[in-house]
Amino acid sequence: MLTTDRNRTLTHVFLIAMVVIWMIPLVGMVVSAFRPFAETATDGFFSWPNTLTLDNFRDAYERGNMGRHWIVTFAIVIPSVVIVLFLSSMVAFAVSRYSWRFNIALLMLFTAGNLLPPQTIIQPLFQIYNRVPLPEFPLYSTSGELRGSLIGLILIHVAFQSGFCTFVLSNYMKTLPKELNEAAVVDGASLWRLYWQIILPLTRPALAALATLQFAWIYNDYFWAVVLIQQGDDLPITSSLGQLAGEFFTDDNLVSAGSLIVVMPTVLIYLALRKQFIAGLSVGASKG
Amino acid sequence: MVGIPTVLHVGLVWIPAVLTFYLSLNRWNGFRLSQIQWVGFRNYNQLFTVFEKDLYEALLNNLWVLLALFFIATPLGIFVAYLLDKELKGTAVYQSLMYFPVVLSLAVVGFIWKAVIYSPRQGLFNTVLGRTEEGNQIDWLGDSSFVIPFIGDYGLSRNFLAIILPMIWRHVGYIMVLYLAGLKSVDPALREAAAIDGASEWQTFRRVIFPSLKPVNVVIVVITVIEALRVFDIIDVLNNPIGTDVLSLLVTESIVGESSNIGRGSAYGVILLLLCLVFVIWYLRSSFREEDS
Repeated sequence: MLTTDRNRTLTHVFLIAMVVIWMIPLVGMVVSAFRPFAETATDGFFSWPNTLTLDNFRDAYERGNMGRHWIVTFAIVIPSVVIVLFLSSMVAFAVSRYSWRFNIALLMLFTAGNLLPPQTIIQPLFQIYNRVPLPEFPLYSTSGELRGSLIGLILIHVAFQSGFCTFVLSNYMKTLPKELNEAAVVDGASLWRLYWQIILPLTRPALAALATLQFAWIYNDYFWAVVLIQQGDDLPITSSLGQLAGEFFTDDNLVSAGSLIVVMPTVLIYLALRKQFIAGLSVGASKG
Repeated sequence: MVGIPTVLHVGLVWIPAVLTFYLSLNRWNGFRLSQIQWVGFRNYNQLFTVFEKDLYEALLNNLWVLLALFFIATPLGIFVAYLLDKELKGTAVYQSLMYFPVVLSLAVVGFIWKAVIYSPRQGLFNTVLGRTEEGNQIDWLGDSSFVIPFIGDYGLSRNFLAIILPMIWRHVGYIMVLYLAGLKSVDPALREAAAIDGASEWQTFRRVIFPSLKPVNVVIVVITVIEALRVFDIIDVLNNPIGTDVLSLLVTESIVGESSNIGRGSAYGVILLLLCLVFVIWYLRSSFREEDS
């Protein structure tokens, strides 16, 4: 037993060392965000904090026009997550609960689509977006075309993420008993009722896991927004960081404070829904 | 029910993918559709001659990312997952903390490292090295000289290495979570059988557990390769310093502006697409074959 005890201690030492190293950038961000530039500029970030202040947050928020970017962010993320889950669950339902000819082909198409790097399709997509007119609508469509509109961003998020969601949801739905289908047929329930009132409620754990994961992924998007949005004001908050880079160039405390504000929503959701978060990833990977 | 999502997915993902290939065989500045001019493989020809330096530098950088993620981050993630699988006290805490970086976008990760680790005046590295004085500072993200020279004018530049570190930092947690889920699904009987046969811990992992996790291993390889090929955000948000070009940046460089050259950008895109498809197809074959059996 002596050796296993020693092994256990060694394992803990290793894991603690890993975690401490892994936390350095994050702890550094939090601490430096609360400290005035004048102090850390002479002592460095990794010194005892004498003064703590919220000035950096106020500055970052105001200079980065973050109030506006928050509105844009949630105007994109929430509809995107809802729509992508709704559409993907329908495809997953059809693919996993019924055998028909193009079943596997369709699932493969969605699975493969979500693995393509966005950059492989951006050139033509950009040109298409430039040419599709869109009626004006406050906040969501102000450029007169798909490009530069929040609707355009929502569409590409939904199209792209539906690959992953369909894959995960169909794997989950496959595990539900086949008898449910037969029972529904006997009861004379319509296809829609079977989907909406029987299968979908049973899929709730997978939907919850995906919702948290999708929220984070779409919230964290940088690429689509940077390329497809024209007005700096219309950028969601993660991609507005690029703009701030120039603004904050010399003040790393402001960079820290700005980063901390931006990561707050995903961090809070992660802390609150850690299980769903991790389940969403694992479900996708372990099966298939 | 399947119609709308499929149309959306095919219309906005697969049709553009095919159009990328078509556009790569044409010359176009992106203005009028009537100006699209068929040039065959001329764009590719140019990539491998006139723009050879850009292309090879980018490909090599993508390769560095891949090597770092594959040979450093992935084994480390698997190792941590293996330790956590023993269900010691505090496993949940270790796991949550190690996974933290994965929750953040790579763009923000770039920002955090730029400020906290690489800041010339007050960052961790220069503080530890005692090089925070004006004139004595190391500019981690600005130095494009090579740490590891490769062939001729190519190599791994210092600032690109500085960009790879945060990617490793983030990838470890990702792999850890994926692998831990796999390890949980391993039949305990396998371990017992190996123990009865007198196999050491390493032998058990190497010969019994690792091979039994083939589906997860495939997922991890594919995810790692795709991550290495799609890397964009962290470099772009740091203003793409000299020496840090990757394939995805070359694709987007020519999208807007006076010099927009859709054909060349698309040709870069096709190279990226082909590299990915090799792995995507391999993944589909292995995962859907299991489905059938």
